Amino acid sequence: MPDRPLGEDMNQQDRRHSGWSWWHLLFLIQFIAVLWPPFYNRAEPTLIGLPFFYWYQLLWIIIGAILTAAVHFATDD
Amino acid sequence: MQEINWTALIIFLALFAFITWLGFAAAHWRKGDLDLLHEWGLGGRRFGTLITWFLIGGDLYTAYTFIAVPALAFGAGAVAFFAVPYTIVVYPILFLVFPRLWYVCHRHNYITAADFVRGRFGNRWLALAMAITGIVATLPYIALQLVGLQVVIGGMGISGTGYSGDLPLVIAFIVLAAFTYTSGLRAPASIAIVKDILIYLTAFAAIIAIPIQLGGFEKIFAAIPASKTLLATPGPNTTGAYGAYATLALGSALALFLYPHSITGILAASSGRAVRRNAALLPGYSFMLGLLALVGFFAIAAGVGDRPEFAAGFKQFGNNFAIPALFLDSFPSWFVGIAFAAVGIGALVPAAIMSIAAANLYTRNIHREFINSAPTDQQEAQLAKWVSLIVKFGALAFIVFLPSKFAIYLQLLGGIWIIQTLPAVMLGVYTRWFNEWALMIGWAVGIAAGTAMFIAANLAPTYTLAVAGFSFPGYAALYAVIVNLVLSVVLTPLFNLLVAGSADETEAAEYQAPV
Repeated sequence: MPDRPLGEDMNQQDRRHSGWSWWHLLFLIQFIAVLWPPFYNRAEPTLIGLPFFYWYQLLWIIIGAILTAAVHFATDD
Repeated sequence: MQEINWTALIIFLALFAFITWLGFAAAHWRKGDLDLLHEWGLGGRRFGTLITWFLIGGDLYTAYTFIAVPALAFGAGAVAFFAVPYTIVVYPILFLVFPRLWYVCHRHNYITAADFVRGRFGNRWLALAMAITGIVATLPYIALQLVGLQVVIGGMGISGTGYSGDLPLVIAFIVLAAFTYTSGLRAPASIAIVKDILIYLTAFAAIIAIPIQLGGFEKIFAAIPASKTLLATPGPNTTGAYGAYATLALGSALALFLYPHSITGILAASSGRAVRRNAALLPGYSFMLGLLALVGFFAIAAGVGDRPEFAAGFKQFGNNFAIPALFLDSFPSWFVGIAFAAVGIGALVPAAIMSIAAANLYTRNIHREFINSAPTDQQEAQLAKWVSLIVKFGALAFIVFLPSKFAIYLQLLGGIWIIQTLPAVMLGVYTRWFNEWALMIGWAVGIAAGTAMFIAANLAPTYTLAVAGFSFPGYAALYAVIVNLVLSVVLTPLFNLLVAGSADETEAAEYQAPV
């Protein structure tokens, strides 16, 4: 089988571009923040009249984009 | 139905004429030899970060999305907001998986996900399964874009009896088919820029102007029944609405970039880096989609559902008429023209990309693999152009001759089916551990199980899993892909004992930027 575990037979320079980086764990934060509705399924506090449920999730779009950009810059060559 | 809204119609037609010209002119944009399939079908892989942003944005955030998500908020309330967590978790997935797919596809001139699977797992039958799944999931999606177009045409007061009522739709589609045939992916890429600007304009106008007219968000939400503003708190022994909400978001996110039109948009980028950057930039569209979902609530507060002048529209299009009705109610006619053109053009961009993606799949993974294994480059590109036409007219016939609810059911099923390509495609870019026949069985059982759940749930995507007195309502696609994954993992060691694995023509270094 041409089975090729990650990282093996790669030199140090290649590894930088390859699969894994600890920075990717930052992504977990946004998964947990928005995929667990008990965190945000309520009306209070409101923001300019918008129930918490809505502005919390909208806010996470922005935080998620910032986290993704951070991971991009941290792992870019 | 109301009278024809001439101001709106003239602006709509003017914008439509402009993008028609643009679609044909696009053939000369970043000029390439359109007799080569990767030039016609992937725009020569020349789109940088910005154009890719417009292209994928125009591709994924479709007209139907802009009509259906607010319509769901209008009808069902808070659950419609699952589109927001969905489009939040989708971008880490894009970031982690798809630049790798881009690099390997660029290296081997793969133009479809099935090409990749063919090369990685060396199995034409597995590639065929991927190709058929992609085509079948895409066709109803194209048909749904027409539903979006139909709703805005109806909203401008154009109606007819019998098939003559579909005439404007037919004309729009002939135009679309012609410029896609001529210019390939360059046409939707250039039109996407216009479409996205119009959509942003419309979304921000709606989110600012309409709440002012209605007296602010506080008043709007006060007018909405409490049962609609939040998810229902689950009772004992069930994950209830919470489970459904989260699994719909996660399952939809896992499926999104497996759709052929998404992969076409990704592979058309000029570098894997452009794909990575877009994972951080595309949430701009998610934000707009979130705002538009709120517009569904504005429609409730404005009471458009009870107005006699909109009764005919609601009767014909159901809740999908909520947004057009609200725009007609709140905006001056000239802006209605712009907003409707945004939705109408927003239907053509994804429809074009979807038909190109389906044509690429047929040409490469069915025709070339099983019918004529040595076409010339020109024959291959020519075949794809014809297939793109056939696919579009098939979708058109679907909408004209069958009730639109069939397209909706099939599109829902399409999501359940396309996610079954996840182990081979998304895990495939990380590992060749899986045995190809195990993947094949996982795929087949996943499709069967997902379809059975959909039917058992009375043609709905949310299936209630009951285990030992607990019930877990959740997205059937997610449940079915878990079955698929478990089978693929369990069967791989077994099949490895029975059959020798096929060769992998890709190498680990090809999944990364060249050093």
